[in-house]
Amino acid sequence: MLVFLASEIMLFGGLFAVVLALRLMHPNEVVAASRRLDLWIGTVNTAVLLTSSLAVALAVHAARCGRHRRVAILLGVAALLGIGFLALKGFEYAGEARAGLLPALSATYRFSGPVEHLFMNLYLVSTALHALHVTVGVVLLGAVAGTAAVGRLRLPERAIVSENAGLYWHLVDAIWIFLYPVLYLAR
Amino acid sequence: MDRVQIRLVAIWAVLIGLLGLTVVASFLLQGVPSVAASLGIALAKAGLIFWFFMRLRSEGGLMRLAATGAAIWLVVLLSLVSVDYLTR
Repeated sequence: MLVFLASEIMLFGGLFAVVLALRLMHPNEVVAASRRLDLWIGTVNTAVLLTSSLAVALAVHAARCGRHRRVAILLGVAALLGIGFLALKGFEYAGEARAGLLPALSATYRFSGPVEHLFMNLYLVSTALHALHVTVGVVLLGAVAGTAAVGRLRLPERAIVSENAGLYWHLVDAIWIFLYPVLYLAR
Repeated sequence: MDRVQIRLVAIWAVLIGLLGLTVVASFLLQGVPSVAASLGIALAKAGLIFWFFMRLRSEGGLMRLAATGAAIWLVVLLSLVSVDYLTR
């Protein structure tokens, strides 16, 4: 599982490298583009993911103690927080589309220049790729919560199942922890 | 709550505190100090998640290396990219 997660780190690493190069070449334009993103939605979403990670960590501990019901509830809470994250992200995308800032939906002339256009392209690609990972994580956590709820997950012998789902979720959280300052807090 | 649960909740509280700190820093700092602060805090948060939530704390050296190897390699690559652009 850890080696798979390493491949995920490298996947996002390429995007971080491009953002870094753009920032080094056009610092002022990148800061101006970053200021147009909704800082507060990004901040709330970070808190949502951090809290869901706590729920997953507590669930893994409960799995090791053999407590089915608690595992199901905590993983269910984490999956719901993941859905909340996606809902807020969708709300944010909708606002950006209305403001003419979302590359796939907005005409090129509505951007202040090519650097802002490129920055918003990077924003859309990296956050959409991350949202895809959150969606996979929500399904994974929901599935493990379901099997724990109906008693089909033998605990604590098969606690490794919840541990691996948890590792994936924590990494999705850790990737957001870097996307958040790089995209929203460029000053 | 047992000791493990208390520790996990305490780590979560520290993570939320660091999130508040990085938002405050983004209003106060600009340029290189701002990048240093936001990435430093992000590294601290990711470190706490890897160490406590992903349980590297109780793993051996091989597991720790497998979990952080890609991230360390990425830091090397991004440093070399920076050196390229900063010395043109």
